[in-house]
Amino acid sequence: MQKYSIFSLFRHALNGHTTWAPAWRSPPLKASYDVVVIGAGGHGLATAYYLAKEFNIADVAVLERGWLGGGNVARNTVTVRSNYMRDASIPFYVKSVALYEGLTDELNFNLMHSKRTMIDVVQTFPKMRELRRRQLAMDIYGSTYEQISTEEVRRRIPALTGGGPDARLPVIGGMVHTDAGVNRHDAVAWGYARGADARGVELHQQTPVTKLLRGNDGTIKGVETPRGVVRAGKVAIAVSGHTTTLTETVGLRLPLRTMNLTAFVSEPVKPLVDVVVNCPDSGFYFSQSDKGEMVIGGAPDMGQSFRRDIKQHVFEDTVTAMLSLFPSFRKLKLLRQWGGHLDIAPDASPIMDETDVPGLFVTAGWWGGYKAIPAGGLTLAHLIAKGVPHPLMSPFTLSRFKHLDYVMESGTTTAR
Amino acid sequence: MMLIPCPFCGHRNESEFTYGGPVKPDRPDPNATSDEDWVEYLTTVPNPFGPVQERWWHARGCGTWLTIWRDTRTHDIVEGPSDAE
Amino acid sequence: MQNRRLPSGGGIDRGRPLAFRFNGKEYTGLSGDTLASALLANNVRLTARSFKYHRPRGIVGSGPEEPATLVELEGRRASANQAATTVRLADGMSARSVNCWPSPGLDMGAVNQLFAGLIPAGFYYKTFKWPSWHLYEPMIRKAAGLAGAPEAPPLDGHFEAVHAHADVLVVGAGPAGLMAALVAGRAGCRVFLADERAEAGGSLLDRRLEIAGKPALDWVADSVAELKSMPNVTHLLQDASVWAYREHNCLMVNERSPANSNVLERNWRVRAGQVILATGAFERGLVFPENDRPGVMLASAAQAYVNRFAVMPGERAVFFANNDSAYGVVADFRASGIEVAAIVDSRDVVPDFARKLAGDVPIRAGSVVIGVRGKRAVRGVTVAERGGHGTEKIYCDLLLHSGGWNPTVHLFSQSRGNLRYDESLATFVPDEAAQACVSVGGAAGKLSLASALRTGAEAAAKATGTEMPNLPAVVEESYSIAPLWQVDARGAKGKAFLDIQNDVTVDDVHLALLEGYDNVEHVKRYTTGGMGFDQGKTGNINIIGAIALQKGVPLQDVGTTTFRPPYTPVSFGAIGGIREENVVLPYRHTPVTRWNLDRGAFMYEAGARWRRPGYFPRDGETFQETVNRECRAVREGVGVYDGSPLGKFELKGRDVGRFLDHIYTNLMSTLKAGQCRYGLMLTEDGLILDDGVAMRLGEHRWLVSTSTAHADTVHGHMEELLQTQFPEWNVYVTPVTSQWNNATVCGPKARELMAALGTDIDLSPKGLPFMSFADGHVAGLPARVVRVSFTGELSFELNVAPRHMRDLWERIMEAGEPFGIEPVGSEASHVLRVEKGFLSLGHEVDGTVDAHDLGMSWIMSKKKRDYVGKRSVELRRRGNAIRRELVGLLPVDPNDQIPEGAPLTPGGERCPTEGLVTACVWSVVLDRWVALALLENGLSRHSETVHARLKNATIAADVMEPVFHDPEGLRMRS
Repeated sequence: MQKYSIFSLFRHALNGHTTWAPAWRSPPLKASYDVVVIGAGGHGLATAYYLAKEFNIADVAVLERGWLGGGNVARNTVTVRSNYMRDASIPFYVKSVALYEGLTDELNFNLMHSKRTMIDVVQTFPKMRELRRRQLAMDIYGSTYEQISTEEVRRRIPALTGGGPDARLPVIGGMVHTDAGVNRHDAVAWGYARGADARGVELHQQTPVTKLLRGNDGTIKGVETPRGVVRAGKVAIAVSGHTTTLTETVGLRLPLRTMNLTAFVSEPVKPLVDVVVNCPDSGFYFSQSDKGEMVIGGAPDMGQSFRRDIKQHVFEDTVTAMLSLFPSFRKLKLLRQWGGHLDIAPDASPIMDETDVPGLFVTAGWWGGYKAIPAGGLTLAHLIAKGVPHPLMSPFTLSRFKHLDYVMESGTTTAR
Repeated sequence: MMLIPCPFCGHRNESEFTYGGPVKPDRPDPNATSDEDWVEYLTTVPNPFGPVQERWWHARGCGTWLTIWRDTRTHDIVEGPSDAE
Repeated sequence: MQNRRLPSGGGIDRGRPLAFRFNGKEYTGLSGDTLASALLANNVRLTARSFKYHRPRGIVGSGPEEPATLVELEGRRASANQAATTVRLADGMSARSVNCWPSPGLDMGAVNQLFAGLIPAGFYYKTFKWPSWHLYEPMIRKAAGLAGAPEAPPLDGHFEAVHAHADVLVVGAGPAGLMAALVAGRAGCRVFLADERAEAGGSLLDRRLEIAGKPALDWVADSVAELKSMPNVTHLLQDASVWAYREHNCLMVNERSPANSNVLERNWRVRAGQVILATGAFERGLVFPENDRPGVMLASAAQAYVNRFAVMPGERAVFFANNDSAYGVVADFRASGIEVAAIVDSRDVVPDFARKLAGDVPIRAGSVVIGVRGKRAVRGVTVAERGGHGTEKIYCDLLLHSGGWNPTVHLFSQSRGNLRYDESLATFVPDEAAQACVSVGGAAGKLSLASALRTGAEAAAKATGTEMPNLPAVVEESYSIAPLWQVDARGAKGKAFLDIQNDVTVDDVHLALLEGYDNVEHVKRYTTGGMGFDQGKTGNINIIGAIALQKGVPLQDVGTTTFRPPYTPVSFGAIGGIREENVVLPYRHTPVTRWNLDRGAFMYEAGARWRRPGYFPRDGETFQETVNRECRAVREGVGVYDGSPLGKFELKGRDVGRFLDHIYTNLMSTLKAGQCRYGLMLTEDGLILDDGVAMRLGEHRWLVSTSTAHADTVHGHMEELLQTQFPEWNVYVTPVTSQWNNATVCGPKARELMAALGTDIDLSPKGLPFMSFADGHVAGLPARVVRVSFTGELSFELNVAPRHMRDLWERIMEAGEPFGIEPVGSEASHVLRVEKGFLSLGHEVDGTVDAHDLGMSWIMSKKKRDYVGKRSVELRRRGNAIRRELVGLLPVDPNDQIPEGAPLTPGGERCPTEGLVTACVWSVVLDRWVALALLENGLSRHSETVHARLKNATIAADVMEPVFHDPEGLRMRS
């Protein structure tokens, strides 16, 4: 792998930057691989990378319908955190955050990981109670979460001038999650792609899988693409949103619904907010990118949707909530708005498992799956390589539905 | 914001409605169904890349639960409630 | 000194000078100017610095496409980024360039130019890694960001949102849009016309054309007058951008300065039967070395400055074009007496009509500009044949270029319409529409005036089913182009910019492709091309062209990136309207709210937007003392709370009994009239949905109460079952939450208090036993008295009509005074229910437990064959998962408070949890801390000691039954 550093920049500058090697190869598509990963998004690329790096399985093809890194990794709000509630989830995300923090060095690609802290702005007592519950549970697993006063919240987020004592939902305090951060989403995809490629993994863009192929014995045999059949004894699906579209080609139904989540950015402005701000009671969160844009996320669209835009009224609700707490943003302008579709399980927790079709693996149900990319990739690679779930992923297998043993991170029946 | 055909009120803005989820098969007799079928009924809903049959509740209107076919790729309502205009 | 103002012409008002400041200097412009035209009139050429290299920049465009000059307004109109070309000049306006310090003339950031060779596209992915990104990030952040963030909300005025409906929505009031609106209006349709410029006319404002033998602007004025006279033309909005095209023909319009109002901006949500997109086209630049120097301007922009603003953007111009449209600009320059040194046309053959327009201006056909002299202002250009031979230096202070025209397809694309590459126009044009919309005029690639008028009229005639009208006579123009995606002649050296705002050059795109970032989306992301404030309105297609050239594929195969809303930046204030001021989501109040506030209650929202009192503090009391006092009143004397927010539904019909049997876990149908029963509702997958009380009012009439927060959910649940699963069942549900208020008096002295209030109901334990109710009068008011208890004490829930509630409340407080009555807030209610071990949704019910876990197996009817959730609970309990069951905890040290939510771990060790504390309160009856917890196999672990794990401590507690007070329930039944 070509090493990236300030020195290599100097060296290539002398040649007018015309001597850089491609970040990844474009090899011909073979007829068969040990493992086929469908989807060159964050989870697919990470899975391929760890298969090669941790388990020495390098005869891997990642098949991508469109362009590499064009999945939800291209359209999310880049928040990385581990403030979860249950024993099933916390250690998984703690691991993911730790992996992220080492990735820039490991991949020799600057992910611009900015461990800049997240502050939850709390506006109701039930939410405060829930977050304090998380605090002590997280402490067991070494994830940090501290309560701060309203005054301290406002000191650290000066633009938070709304939510005063007379507001419908006054700010009553906050929680500080110092492990949280943001990074550069494209770099995550490209860094993993480059790392996987260097270890022998093949990346094939513009190669949509139209059908899964199953043998007479019921096991997976490969996939069909317009470029021909690709055989593999192990196939992993990492195609957020389209999981069921693919599995249904072999008659496999999964407990997933596809929904649409929106994000939007403001015009770029000088640094104003230097932490990730999360307002769970109001239903939005944002951080300011290094480029100066506020990157804002909010509520999902109701109903199943494969669209990549948002319903106007849902969008307006999010903007309204934001303006209630950040009134000066009224003069800030919306620059770009987009959406991504993701699939969601009945308990809103992820699904990572080998399916009823032997050899067919899925990683799906990611709702905020960006932060889970490293741990999701690592543990799925473990399952594919070893045939047994990684301990961190075992709560998230399909078997939990057999007895409806949900992993309810939302902590309520109605808000899952 | 979609325009949803209500059989009583005509076409109304989506914001008047509460989403009711995709239409599942009829509820099986819980006492005459295998565990697997029951779990499948509960957890596995139709998730088509295309038209889906779904329910909406005209909560801020006449209170009707209505059924439409909506294309998940476009939001086009390809078939309204049978008694809508 | 407006030394560049032409002596005559233009749409500016020479009688109304406006003083303004730019980067601290005083200038004067005219009413009708934009900031950009006023700056040009004052011969201010260097107006900006670029984002990355801090190169000097000037004004490039004349509208929202402006890529170079962004300003930030100061003072009352303070704003973040604005394109100088879209800022309407106002008296006293103060503006400054973004992203440069201290000024564009002397910009410290320009030091970046020295390192330009080291910072190609994507350089930051390769460096700033050692030792850590944290070292570099603050510096990078400070350098980025363009304008400063707004510090405060607007000082006065407000935003608003309005709905509108239209048969035909016309976007754009240029020739095509006006023609379409006229035809649709004459047909009697409801027409909504929105245009982004300050005045109607579109491109006609910037050109010197004739319609029907008169100046085109006369036709515009006549058309606007006619439209105004038609009552069915409901809206004619100027300065209003249509910024989003959503599903079901719902479009968003941002009206920036509505007349005669205190409204800053108005956001229209327009639902249209048919949309006619007459959004025109943007001119794109040509890609050649140093094409970003101040004085390099789009030809169409220069035309606008000359014709619309009577401003001479330079004294001696050179034109560089690959198409015919620039020749019209040359003609206008000549007519205004501005010197044109040469026309450099990359095509070998220039049409005769174009040559005629050029008059005596020398034309260099088959030639290109290979260099621009002058760093802070254009001082000349170097021209060569396309191959690079025959170089010539031409002196000029203005270089006007035209690379062709791109239809403004943003809205069409947002509507999910497809685009196709049109070879003859060398651009992407609308193809198949996905919604009821049609593109006309420039937006459809119909660039001539005649075709704009024709396609506008055709679309409207088709939409309205009317005849095609006679069109006003205009001179036919022709248009041809030979695409030139970049100048690559030998000798062409220097940075050739594709995206001027984000400093993306041809070399950057080549580098991206070289490194394998070969999809158009990759190129955009790797180089950041097209991601600036202008969203690449002029540059995007040149990036596509550069990719196509380098890869040797047609542009169609490269494709476009996705067009996202908004079309132009829109302020969040306009999007939010006035809703953030709690106009749409107000509190819900009960009639006692005023009394509570007067009493000094600490109020907060308690679910479903109901505002309730948390506690009633007295001077000198701590929070705990207040809560203890309220609790003690209930346990020892009498207290009263306002239970009005509880959800209430009246159910009528023959089948209510069996319906309730279906939705509750316990048997309801056996209830007799006059009785009530506590019940639990589950979801079909066996989770607890809600709890409440059902009362049977009569044979076929019931009243069901729900928790405050879940009232709407339960309502929907009931209606869905009734309308979709049991349509033949005879049950009618009426929400009556707001029709009944209640005050609940509770405590051992409650009966005495009731006697003091006076009632015609027999309240003796026999006359009105626990879980029964009666209608009658209390304190002279018609009331329904219900004997339920959420505190474990003798309780009477007094239900009255809202108009009597305040009256009732005051009489209770008055009659209760001798008994030491206290109003009870939510905090004390919480303590009282914990002492009794009553469950609370959100505390004990956290989405995992079932009734068995809560020790409430009795409520799961065994008699009923089926009810919602039954099968799922049974299924779940047959699994292997260890259940967490409700227990009471007594901290070993009675003064140890365990934080609510604290995990229980074996021995208090740092290891996976075996439960959690769901509630912990100071019990006034036991005079110690008591807690409820969910504990693995807790029902069989009573009298064990368990440990709550805090951050730096553990608290030991003994496990017991989850009830700390009156376990037999004698008091509430008394």
